[in-house]
Amino acid sequence: MTTETLSKRSPSNRAKGGGSRADAESMAKKQREISVSEFFAKNRHLLGFDNPRKALMTTIKEAVDNALDACEEAGILPNIFVGIEPLNKDTRFRVTVRDNGPGIVRAQVENVFGRLLYGSKFHRLKMSRGQQGIGIAAAGMYGLMTTGKPMVIHTKPKKNGKSHRIVLAIDTQKNKADVSDHEETDYDLIPETGTEVSIELEGKFQRGKQSVDEYLKQTAIANPHARIIYQPPDACVSKTDSNGNGDSGSSMPSLIDDYAHAVQLAESASETTITPGGTVVFPRAIGELPPEPKEIKPHPLGIELGTLIKMLKQTDSTQLGGFLQNEFSRVSLRVANQICAAANKILGKEETITNRTWVSKLGHHEADAIYRAIQETKFMAPPTDCVEPIGVKNLLAGLLKGEKAEFYTATTRPPAVYRGNPFQIEVAIAYGGELGAEEPARVIRFANRVPLLYQQSACAAFKSVGDTTWRNYGMTQPRGGQPVGPMVVMIHMASVWVPFTSESKEAIADYDEIRKEMKLALSECGRKLKTYLSRRARMKREGQRRDVFQRYIKEVAKSLNVIDPKLKVKTLCEQLEEVARQRTVEADMEFDEDGNPIAKPGPGEAFADDDSTVVVESAKPAAMFIDDDDDIDDDAPKAKSKGKKPAPKRKSKSDEDDYDLDQGNLFD
Amino acid sequence: MAKKKTTSKKTAAKKPVAKKAPVQRSAKKASPAKSSGGAPKKKIIRKSTRRKVDTGAVLVGMANDIATQVGALTDPGVDIPTRALSNVDFDEKAGMIRMGSNTQRRNFFNLGQAKKFMQTTLVAAGCSELIRQKKTTSIRDLFYHCKHTIEGSKENTFDEQSESDPIIEDLEVALASLREELGLFAEPKGAMVGPMVIEDNKDTIDLSKMGSGGWAIPSIVEDHIIKFKRGSAKYILLIEKGAVWRRFSEDRYWEKHKCMIIHGGGQPPRGVRRLIWRMHNELKLPVYVLVDNDPWGYYIYSVIKQGSINLAFESERMAIPAARFIGMSAYDAERFDIPKTVSIKLNDNDTRRAKEIMAYPWFQRREWQKEIKHMLKLGVKLELEALSNKDFSFITEHYLPRKLKDKQWLD
Repeated sequence: MTTETLSKRSPSNRAKGGGSRADAESMAKKQREISVSEFFAKNRHLLGFDNPRKALMTTIKEAVDNALDACEEAGILPNIFVGIEPLNKDTRFRVTVRDNGPGIVRAQVENVFGRLLYGSKFHRLKMSRGQQGIGIAAAGMYGLMTTGKPMVIHTKPKKNGKSHRIVLAIDTQKNKADVSDHEETDYDLIPETGTEVSIELEGKFQRGKQSVDEYLKQTAIANPHARIIYQPPDACVSKTDSNGNGDSGSSMPSLIDDYAHAVQLAESASETTITPGGTVVFPRAIGELPPEPKEIKPHPLGIELGTLIKMLKQTDSTQLGGFLQNEFSRVSLRVANQICAAANKILGKEETITNRTWVSKLGHHEADAIYRAIQETKFMAPPTDCVEPIGVKNLLAGLLKGEKAEFYTATTRPPAVYRGNPFQIEVAIAYGGELGAEEPARVIRFANRVPLLYQQSACAAFKSVGDTTWRNYGMTQPRGGQPVGPMVVMIHMASVWVPFTSESKEAIADYDEIRKEMKLALSECGRKLKTYLSRRARMKREGQRRDVFQRYIKEVAKSLNVIDPKLKVKTLCEQLEEVARQRTVEADMEFDEDGNPIAKPGPGEAFADDDSTVVVESAKPAAMFIDDDDDIDDDAPKAKSKGKKPAPKRKSKSDEDDYDLDQGNLFD
Repeated sequence: MAKKKTTSKKTAAKKPVAKKAPVQRSAKKASPAKSSGGAPKKKIIRKSTRRKVDTGAVLVGMANDIATQVGALTDPGVDIPTRALSNVDFDEKAGMIRMGSNTQRRNFFNLGQAKKFMQTTLVAAGCSELIRQKKTTSIRDLFYHCKHTIEGSKENTFDEQSESDPIIEDLEVALASLREELGLFAEPKGAMVGPMVIEDNKDTIDLSKMGSGGWAIPSIVEDHIIKFKRGSAKYILLIEKGAVWRRFSEDRYWEKHKCMIIHGGGQPPRGVRRLIWRMHNELKLPVYVLVDNDPWGYYIYSVIKQGSINLAFESERMAIPAARFIGMSAYDAERFDIPKTVSIKLNDNDTRRAKEIMAYPWFQRREWQKEIKHMLKLGVKLELEALSNKDFSFITEHYLPRKLKDKQWLD
């Protein structure tokens, strides 16, 4: 375009000044390879390092995702430690994440931490948290760029061996690790096997929405099998210290002592607890690992032409039939023949392709024909046993811990397929209780058990909540908006390949199949919510009925007394109350066809046989009418003495475990 | 069980009505005899048309009835005559609307009625206090008197006056007493001037010297408050609107034509209706009604003449079967050559109302059917002010005198 405008303005100018402008050769001198690392160093927002606050979040997220993946693959119940140490002026932190995973063999450390796009997860189709193998290396690179400090890695692959301590920087030009120091040491903090990463970075620590706190809280909800210990920057920092007085004579325990205390607590506590030093403990809620997801081959409908050509180049198979059957799922000999036949039709008469055609002889033209033939062929849906949902029981357990509501329900959809990739949608909702009634319902999103905190409105999960007609389920919902009411909606997508809208993995892309499944799951939960709400409303109405009469009796009696003072208020009240008793007992009864009274179920009892629903009978609504008068509070003397409201009684129908929660909200 | 209760209750409620009936009849009989030769200017002889019923005692009766029901541990209730077209009969002989015998029972132990029942007793108590203290007050006053927060809750006995007003009407019909007898009055509305001297609350008032605004007609016009002294009026002219009434007053029409001119500010309130009734029956003055030519005008006339559906139980004390409809008729536009530009097209609401009125039993006379049909045929309505198109005083100088002279009225 530039040349076009130039030539239009003055065609002679170009000839004159030709010498001073760049020609092909001089331009060629400037053209050189851009390494992936370099590219990401300049475009760090693509990976989720847009601003200091998000950078801190993303660093922890990447490290924790890797840690959980590593533990699960090795069949170890994850014990994760996350520490944020403030270094100076609230802008520089050292992030440490430690797991009890299998460790990394010394030779691989450079590749795992020092190269972008190196990993075990990209080239396979298996449900896991990480996908591309960018995360942790990018985090290290960000740290290096902002502070100049390399990563410090401790890893211990053998239980009785020594652990390796490696100081590692990334050479962005070569996309290669640059190890400045390595030694073998005894590292007490990794007792058996495991890995610890330490990154210094410029960041900003903030609580609230989209914070590290929130991320870890949601991670604990979606991963009830993991134990997480978290030391926020203010842990073990006494106030005098932070004021810079240097007076270290405070009563705060040291970080190490508090960590040891937290480890002890994690064994005994059944709910989220905070140590005196401020270390947060998310104990393990379930003592078994989720089943190991199976790895599958790609489904023919899930690949693109470029991928097909690449696969043709890399395959070990020599003949086309073998290639199709070995590299893809759901391709049998018969189906392979069908593909060849269809490809021949597209190619015309000149060439023919059969199962026995050599893969090496296939050119671009043929590959294109095979690709098009695949689109015309009918395949069985991909196997879906490779997707492992969180499960209704665990979803409820997680929500019960995380949200104080009165009604919980969850559903797991059967697996479905988008673009050849199997996936499964799960939805859980919590309603009522202490949730904010006037705000739009909160949506918490997960992909393969990883919380998604950013780009909510771009996410298919968030959009599908707005698409669902919540008005049908007794919620208010502005036209085209999110439902409003005391509700938390949790949506989880499990898939061998979660389609994110960007590399920073913040929002699920909008595929029709995914949206449809999400809406179906939301509607399923919505229907249960409606049943609960209408039952609750009926109970309320009945209660009101009785209240109404009780309330008016005195007014009526007083009025009659004014008209005729001979009519005594007390007598009238007593008589009216007697009638009220008789009347309401009678009215409460409903009779079946044989004339026998029917007992009506309470609002929660409708779900007595339903494992996917939990109703918490909260003490809250009743407490609203009770003043602070001591005489009324006879029923709860214990709670009174503690100076707390009585804790809501939680009753789970799906699990006999007691989910009683501490009143102190962790992140308040 | 509920049905049995209703019937027994009805007889109880009817009792006061039966008691007062003879009083009324005798008063009615007395009036023609005494004022038959009553000429204008002559001093008017006082005679009572007021009922001598102790409304306070009626209230006590109601309270005791409820207490008896409660004492028997039954669901207490009061019977309230239905105030609807379905529950009125047109008494052709007497020429007025009478209330039928349908009642609705208002029970306490019924979720939909409990609050209304409670409110009914509150209003009854309020009225009972008023009667005992011999005071009168506005219905808004009573609303505030009865409004308070119910003990042990955040609920109010009444939230809006629109809740207490219908309860007052219910009580009126249930006790068969006027709201004025309950010590209540509505916002006064309406004015009168004319050649007559009256006594209002012991003040002597010359209605011919009332300035431009006229004498405001109070809500309670019974003979213990308003007494007719002397006068020379030959008829009563009721005008629908205050603005047109002012034209008549300014032109001193009443002086020239020796009549009382009254307006009721649209649908005339009870005070105005009762005052006209008293003048008509006690002073033997014919009544002419001058309203807009539209369905609402027709209805105002019919309320004066046959009584209203809401207060059907009071027709005997309110309705004036001899009242005449002097205008405006649908035929007046042709008769008086009024240009078409001043007429207004009937809207859907008007047409619907006209058809409703046409179906009322008391509009079944041939002239009336013809009149309404003609209006529907023309498809237009005409306001009284439209006559000013010819001349400001056309209505007082030409229109009305000619209509009266030619006897162009409808009965």
